[in-house]
Amino acid sequence: MEVQIVEEKREIETRNLNFYYAGNVHALKQITMHAYKNAVTALIGPSGCGKTTLLRCFNRMHDLYPRNRYEGEIIFQEKNILSNGTDLISLRSNIGMVFQKPTPFPMTIFDNIAYGLRLKGIRKRADLSERVEKAIKNAALWDEVKDKLNMSAYELSGGQQQRLVIARALAVEPEVLLFDEPTSALDPISTAKIEELIIDLKSSVSIIIVTHNMQQAARISDWTGFMMLGELIEFGKTDKIFTTPSEKLTEEYITGRFG
Amino acid sequence: MAIFDEELQSLKEKVLRMGLLVEAAIRDSIQSLIERDSELAKVVIKRDHQINALDVEIDEECIRLIAIRQPKAGDLRFITTTMKITTDLERMGDLAEDICERAIELNEEPPLKPYIDIPRMAQISQGMLIDVLDAFVKRDATTAYDIIKRDDEVDHLTVQIFNELLFMMIQDPRGVSRAVKITYIAKYLERIADHATNIAEMVVYMVEGRMIRHTESQ
Amino acid sequence: MNLERKRKLESLTALVLSTLAAGFGLFWLIFILGDVLIHGIGALNISLFLHDPTPAGVTGGGLRNAFVGQLLITSCATLIGVPIGVLGGTFLAEYARGTAISRVVSILADIMVSVPSIVIGTFAYAILVRPVGHFNGWAGSVALAIIMIPVVLRTTEDMLSLVPWTLREAAFALGAPYYKVIIQVVYRGAATGILTGILLSIARVAGETAPLLFTSFNNAYFSLDMNRPIASLTASIFQYAMGPYDDWHAQAWAASFIITLFVLAITILGRLIIKWRYK
Repeated sequence: MEVQIVEEKREIETRNLNFYYAGNVHALKQITMHAYKNAVTALIGPSGCGKTTLLRCFNRMHDLYPRNRYEGEIIFQEKNILSNGTDLISLRSNIGMVFQKPTPFPMTIFDNIAYGLRLKGIRKRADLSERVEKAIKNAALWDEVKDKLNMSAYELSGGQQQRLVIARALAVEPEVLLFDEPTSALDPISTAKIEELIIDLKSSVSIIIVTHNMQQAARISDWTGFMMLGELIEFGKTDKIFTTPSEKLTEEYITGRFG
Repeated sequence: MAIFDEELQSLKEKVLRMGLLVEAAIRDSIQSLIERDSELAKVVIKRDHQINALDVEIDEECIRLIAIRQPKAGDLRFITTTMKITTDLERMGDLAEDICERAIELNEEPPLKPYIDIPRMAQISQGMLIDVLDAFVKRDATTAYDIIKRDDEVDHLTVQIFNELLFMMIQDPRGVSRAVKITYIAKYLERIADHATNIAEMVVYMVEGRMIRHTESQ
Repeated sequence: MNLERKRKLESLTALVLSTLAAGFGLFWLIFILGDVLIHGIGALNISLFLHDPTPAGVTGGGLRNAFVGQLLITSCATLIGVPIGVLGGTFLAEYARGTAISRVVSILADIMVSVPSIVIGTFAYAILVRPVGHFNGWAGSVALAIIMIPVVLRTTEDMLSLVPWTLREAAFALGAPYYKVIIQVVYRGAATGILTGILLSIARVAGETAPLLFTSFNNAYFSLDMNRPIASLTASIFQYAMGPYDDWHAQAWAASFIITLFVLAITILGRLIIKWRYK
């Protein structure tokens, strides 16, 4: 069952976060929210509402493209990660990301998972093997690949590839895992497995998930934020949002009365 | 979805229909007592099966909607409170039936005393039911709060009637059987008012999301 | 009914015509190969590979110097041209992605692919033969490299562009710097395509004659000195074919056959690699 959140500590929070895409497109407007430790926080809202944009601020993926601009703060481990002095490499090994389409590298399963570890300088075969095995087990994939670690990652099915990607992210033992619509490209059974996995993982990692599937957010998240047109309309405990939302817009979206 | 909205509307209409049937049953049951019309009482008793049938129909529809439409927020509260409201309505129908049974028995004996407080109680209880159905349809929490307050008046009348009848029973023991049956009828009416109060509390939850059942009334 | 018969007739006509066309093309390929083989079979023996040419007029001898020279020139051209092409393609596809300069360079490369090789030969002559004062092997390699670069560059650029952007993002998200993303992930994903591009560019220059005539010229003797004229197979074929001796002609036929076989083999190899990789 649910891990009891005894002391609700904040893992990562935004304060008056604004974000502009190149060309001064104001994509996020004064977002203030927080994600708690060892909890699943879901971001929902209609297409184009900015939920993925917000997610990608947490690991500063927007920095890969020119002329994007952040304003405001994101506090993680007591530091503002939007400041210029932030080491992006170490930030991204503390805050991992899983994307919508499974993206295994063109390597063996073992090398895929060891990739992040090798980036951090871990070279010895014994250490790598141990951590790779641990990560695969945590991703509920071990039984299916334990004797095939030298197989190409492309030979796995879609659902297995996505779990591989999760294992790859887990291998570097991040504090936070960001999921960007992780099951929208998968069949219902794989989706169910990954949802189970996410619920299990939250005891060791804090999770923020973007999903366009409201029912999924209701199933697996503890906290939910509803966004629209770049604004955070409402943020609260999932139970409350889905039974007694405070904002009219939230109610309309959740009951399917618009988009 | 448009079809879901239609289904919710249709559900609302069924509840309203059931409520009006119950209101008619209460009205006619008191009338059968005051005008000593046992035929009317028998008709009311027979009509109760219509109320029960609607109760089952509405419950099944609610369960179907939960499974198929996966309602959330306001819709979810509407459907779940509907299921509870129909339970209260069905009980009120049974209580009207009980009033009729006592009426038939009382009509076979000479009247004990003119009925004054009983009709008054009935009027208040009926008024509560009509108003709460209105509040349900119009999603009006304010009216619902008012209805809850009126329950006190019904409770006072019950005590008043009981004291009066007790006095009469001591004075003339030959009237004990009739007095006791009239006490029962007062009790039934008091419980009808309680059910109407329950429905009002459910309406508040449906509209505002606040659970005020089993808490002190404001 | 009439419509159906008409359609069947059209279908049959198309089938027959395309089969004839394919057969026509195939026929000439086999004819050329066969013709070359027949003419050269006389000289196709081991001494062709083991002996150097005999003095003019003396029968016998082989083309060992030409085979070795061709190998040397082509290898040097590959060593010069491939790194430049791959790195250039990487620059266009990665760092300059989407910018105006990358479009301009792409178009220029496409144009360069169709420049007549003799023009490139004269260019190499102007910059590497005139100043030096005599023909030399390096000029030949450079000329061939200039022909190879646009082919390798465009192929590399195209193959790298085919690697989905999400793959790069996934590597970034694990904390990799850009150069590691390119080397460890993107190159691996595009490796087969880039290799095929390299093979095709080698096939392209293996049969070039005109650029070599202006640069490495030819050499009747066995030599490994790239600073001086050096023998090449294609130049030798030209020389022997123009010459008056029959056994020169036969050797030219044999050398032609070898070259054709070589280019055919490399092209097929490239195809097989793609087939194996993407099966």
